[in-house]
Amino acid sequence: MTEVGPGRRFRLLRGAHRTLTGLSPAFESVLAGLVGLLVGAAIMYIWGYDPWRAYFALLRGAYGGSYEWASSVARGVPLVFTALTFSICLRAGMFNIGAEGQLYIGAVAAVTVAMFKLPSGLHLVVGLVFAALAGAFWSLGPAILKLTRGVHEVISTIMFNWIARFLVFYMVAYVLVDPHQAQRTIAIPPTARFPVLIRGTDLSYSVFLAVTFALFVYFLLWHTATGYEVRAAGFNPTAARYGGINIKRTVLLSFLLGGVGAGLAGASVVMGLPPTYAIISGLPQLMNVGFDGMAVAMVGRNHPIGILLAALFFGGLNAGGRVMQFYGANPVPLEMVRVVMGAIVLAMAIPELARMLPATLRALQGLKRLFERRPHVQEGAK
Amino acid sequence: MSWTYILDLLRISLHAMVPITLAATGEIIGETAGLFNIGLEGILLIGAFVGALGAEAAGGPIPGLLIGMGVGALIGFLFSVIATYWKGTQMIAGIGINLFALGFVAFGLIQLGAPGFHAVPKEVQLIKLKTPMGSISPMIFVTLVLPLLAYWFLNKTKAGLILKATGENPEAADVAGINVNLTRILATTFGGALAGLGGAYMSVAWIGSVTKEISAGRGFIALATVVFSGLNPLLGLLGGFIFGFFQSLATWIKTLPSKPIPWQFVEMLPYIVTLLVVSGAIGRVRFPKALGVPYRRE
Repeated sequence: MTEVGPGRRFRLLRGAHRTLTGLSPAFESVLAGLVGLLVGAAIMYIWGYDPWRAYFALLRGAYGGSYEWASSVARGVPLVFTALTFSICLRAGMFNIGAEGQLYIGAVAAVTVAMFKLPSGLHLVVGLVFAALAGAFWSLGPAILKLTRGVHEVISTIMFNWIARFLVFYMVAYVLVDPHQAQRTIAIPPTARFPVLIRGTDLSYSVFLAVTFALFVYFLLWHTATGYEVRAAGFNPTAARYGGINIKRTVLLSFLLGGVGAGLAGASVVMGLPPTYAIISGLPQLMNVGFDGMAVAMVGRNHPIGILLAALFFGGLNAGGRVMQFYGANPVPLEMVRVVMGAIVLAMAIPELARMLPATLRALQGLKRLFERRPHVQEGAK
Repeated sequence: MSWTYILDLLRISLHAMVPITLAATGEIIGETAGLFNIGLEGILLIGAFVGALGAEAAGGPIPGLLIGMGVGALIGFLFSVIATYWKGTQMIAGIGINLFALGFVAFGLIQLGAPGFHAVPKEVQLIKLKTPMGSISPMIFVTLVLPLLAYWFLNKTKAGLILKATGENPEAADVAGINVNLTRILATTFGGALAGLGGAYMSVAWIGSVTKEISAGRGFIALATVVFSGLNPLLGLLGGFIFGFFQSLATWIKTLPSKPIPWQFVEMLPYIVTLLVVSGAIGRVRFPKALGVPYRRE
C-alpha cells in the first residue's frame, strides 16, 4: 500500500510533463505575442505615445463587450482563410505568400455576380464558387512555374501578387465600375450577401464558412491519405518520394486548395463585411489581408484549430486598432497594429525564444566575468 | 522616336538599376555564405524611410545614405543572428521583417504629417551630375563598381573562399577552423547594409520622396536577380539593369501622349518580365548546398 503512493505521484508528474510539452507550442505563441506587444509599446513610447493607454483602448475596443467581440470575430474571418492558404502550403513544404493576390482576384470574381440575377441563397453560393475558382486559378501560375521550371514560390507568388493588384485596379476602374460612383465597383445585391448574424454589428454568417473550411482542412490533412501524403512531402520530400508519394501532385493540390482559401477570403470580405459590399478603388478593405494571414498562420502554429484562435487575436488587434486610432487626445494610428504583427512574426521565427531568457542571463554573466577578469590578466602580463 | 528618347530611357534605366543591383549584390554575398534573406523588401522600405529622416536631420544626403546603410546592416544582423545562433526559420524571419517594415514605415509616415507620402526637401537630396546625356546620380557609378569588387572578393580572395566554404559545406568549414555562424552573420550584415543603401538611395538620391510602397517589390525582384545571376555579381549587375530597364520602360510608356495600353497593364510589365527571366534562368544555375539550412554542430 505504501509503495503505491510515490508511484502514483510519479505517474501524475509524468502526465503533467506531457501536458506541458503539449502546451509548449501554445506557450511559445503567447510569448511571441507578448514580445510583439512589447516591441510595439517601445516604438509607441519612442514616438511620444502612451503605450498603456493605447493598449487599454485597443483591448477595450477588441474584447470590451458583445459588440466589440462581434467585430473582432468579423475581422478575423478573412484572416482564417488566408492563414489556411499559407499553412496548407507550409505543411506541404512551401512558402506560398501569394494569398494577397489570390484574394484580390477572388474578391473581383465575387463582385461579378452583381451583373446577373439569381434567387437568394443560390446567388451567394454561385459567388462563393466563382471566388474559390478564381483564387485557385490565380494560384495555378506559381504552382505550374514551380513544377515545370523550378521557380521558387516566394518569388513567383510575389510577382503574381503585383500583377493581380494592377489587374484588379483595372477591373475596378473600367469593367466593374459603378456608373454612379466612379471610385467603387457595382455593389453585390442582397441576394448574394452573407446575412448579418448579429444585428447592428459587422458579424455575418461568413464566420460559419470560415470555421467549416478550417475543420475541412483539418480533416483533410490529418484524417485522409491525401492529407498524410501532403504532410509527409512537406516533412521530408526525399523520404516521401522514396515512399512512393507523388510530390508533384501534393504541390499542385496544396497550391489549389490554398488558392480556394484565399479566393473565399476575398469573397468573405466583399460579401460578408458590411456596409459597402463592393470593392473600393485602391482596395483598402483587401490590402494586407493576405499578409496578415501569414502572421495568423504562424501564431496558430499552422494548425487549423490554432489558426481559429490566432485569428480571434489578430481580428481583435484589427478591430481594437480601429478604436485605438480615435481614442484620447493623442491617438495611435492603426498602422501600429501591423508593426506589432511584424514583431510577433519575427519572434515566432525564433524557436528557442522560450529557452532564451535563461540562456541570455547566463551569457551576460559570462560576459561580466570576462570583464572582471580582464584587468587581472593585464596586471599579470606586466 | 529620336535618339534623345532612347538616351533618356537608358538614363532612367540606369537609375532604376541601382536599388535592385545593390540589394542583389548584397544578397549574393549573403547567399554564398548560406543565408537566404527574403526580408530584402522590408530592408529597402525601411532604408528609404530612415535614409530620408537621416538626410533631413543631418542636413545632407551623405549622412542619410549612411544611416540607411547602418539600419539595413542592423536588420541584416538581427536576421542573421536569428538564422544562425537562434536557429530560427529564415523564411519566417524574412516574412517578419517585411511585415514589420510595412507597418513601421506606414506608421512613421503618419508621424511625419501626411499619411502615406513624405517629400524629401531638394536641399538634402544627393546632387546629380550634369552630363551631356542629362543629369546622372553619382550612385550609379558606385553601383557599377560594387559588383566588380564583389566578384573580385568572392573569386580572388581567401575571405571569399571561406564564404563559399560556409555556404557549400559548413561541416568542412567548421573542421577547418572557420566560425560558420560568425561568417554567415558578417556576410548577411553586409548584404543588409547594401540593401539599406539601396533603399536610402531611392528616397534621397532618386525619387525624392518616401511612400509606404516605395519598394514596390524591388526586394523580391532583387531576389529574382540573384536567381538569374547564379551568385555571380557580374551577372547580377546585368540582371539589375534588365529589370531596371523594364521598370523604366513601364514608366516611359505611361508618359507617352498616345496611351496605347491602359496604365494598369503597363505597370505589370516588370513583374511579368521577372517571372519570364527567372523561369528561363532556372536549370542553368546552381546554388550552395547548405543554402537556407541552419548549421548545427553534431
